[in-house]
Amino acid sequence: MDSFLLEALVNGILLGGVFALPALGLNLVFGVVDVVWLCYAELVMVGMYAVWFLYTQAGWPLWMAFAACLPVVSLLGLLLHLFVVRPLLAAPPINQVLATGGVLFLLQGAMTLIFRTDFRSLGVDMPPMEVGEIFVSGTKLAAFCAALVGAALLWAFLKFTYVGTAIRAIARDREVMPLMGVDPQRIYLIASAVGGALAGLAACLLVVQLDVHPFVGLSFGPITFMICVMGGLGNMLGGFLAAFIMGIIVSVGGFWGTTEFSYVVAFAFFIVTIFARPRGLFAR
Amino acid sequence: MSAALDRGAGTQAAPGGTLELSGIHAGYGDFQALFGIGLRVEPGEAVGVVGPNGAGKTTLLRVISGLIRPTAGSLRFGEQDLAATPAHLLPSLGIAHVPENRRLFPHLTVEENLKVGAFSPAARAHFAERRDRVYDLFPRMKQRRHQLAGTMSGGEQQMCAIGRALMCAPRILLLDEPSAGLAPIVVKQVFDLVRRIREEGLTVLIVEQNVAQVLRVVDRAYVLETGRVAAEGRSAELVADPAIRRSYLGGH
Repeated sequence: MDSFLLEALVNGILLGGVFALPALGLNLVFGVVDVVWLCYAELVMVGMYAVWFLYTQAGWPLWMAFAACLPVVSLLGLLLHLFVVRPLLAAPPINQVLATGGVLFLLQGAMTLIFRTDFRSLGVDMPPMEVGEIFVSGTKLAAFCAALVGAALLWAFLKFTYVGTAIRAIARDREVMPLMGVDPQRIYLIASAVGGALAGLAACLLVVQLDVHPFVGLSFGPITFMICVMGGLGNMLGGFLAAFIMGIIVSVGGFWGTTEFSYVVAFAFFIVTIFARPRGLFAR
Repeated sequence: MSAALDRGAGTQAAPGGTLELSGIHAGYGDFQALFGIGLRVEPGEAVGVVGPNGAGKTTLLRVISGLIRPTAGSLRFGEQDLAATPAHLLPSLGIAHVPENRRLFPHLTVEENLKVGAFSPAARAHFAERRDRVYDLFPRMKQRRHQLAGTMSGGEQQMCAIGRALMCAPRILLLDEPSAGLAPIVVKQVFDLVRRIREEGLTVLIVEQNVAQVLRVVDRAYVLETGRVAAEGRSAELVADPAIRRSYLGGH
């Protein structure tokens, strides 16, 4: 195979790993709470600012900035649930979408006020590595590995813990949960905190690859929603696999044209998928 | 073998309190389903609730396990005022409810279903031991422990649902139509199962449409009609009652 195409393919897989985290987080929250966090990419954006600020302005070591980012965004997810989602749990879905959409603009506006619209860069990069005939970005490879570790931890949490098992159960039948001794409200809070932590991890992995600005969410938010819908909303495994498909499409699509063109290909693929399989690629 | 019912390691099966309802009114929104129900279940008793569709039998169980709040009346289990207790705390008090249509988590394995049933902090510590007791009681569940619950037969699913309820080591087991939707041969198995559970000393309150079968298992029964207790008595008396025979037992 052409080595440039191979490189695009490898980059697509690496990109897919990073897309997978916000897709998992969004699906987790939707599956449990039954509300779509329209502002999910903006939670990631705030996390990116947190890392940038702590590292370049406050002078923290990078690993400490990363370690702080997770609880910060997790707390943000918790607050989002408590103050925006919980009061609207019984409301029509359109109100929930409008409210979390409002938070999207609120976060963009708040970050613009605090940090203005400048593009902020972390200025860290790892040297590229030569693997066979192709070059792989060290930063992207590290981000990919961290994303896989994050996904594996989430899987273990859902598979082996009591709370994780209850999370998988509540996604199917919330009404019966009190009979199991489960307080659904508490599970919603936990899922929101975990969903926030995943956004925080995604922020750490994106901030080393992208400059931060208040609207950076637009560069991965829409694609995250497409991935979730393609994998079947609420279907964690489907979303995880769809992230890699989307990553490869964006990366290989960009190989023949510009980055903008690669997104056109991705959206076209999405539209075709939704016509062919309206309930998602991996719907059973 | 009362081992399956122990509430903790090395303890005797807990004595359990009396379940006592009086003057219970309840419903859904504007629709009232229960009109002043009085009912009493002593520790160790098996009590049936029978009656036609829409009589309020399922609503009655849902009120006891806290899924619906009564609008009037009192609801006590031993010393505990259930009407003032959040529903998710009731399993820790020893009240287990096997809901209508079983409501298993079909995409989880048998063992994962049992694990959700042991969610209460008090139950988690005893998970392995209680799971093994459920497997003793239902060897079929042990064979199928890693199978998805939704892929099992109706009778097996009923076993799994009862097993899941036993994971909180209940003092009283509420069963909602355990025989519904099952083939006649399986219905017989399910009632054998209920008989075994009560022989182990567990208090049972069972709602059934299958009046003939349930009256063979329980000590006493209440007949519910349009949200009111129309009759009550010992099983033998009810079976002998001409009105009951005419309405529910297809006899004369």
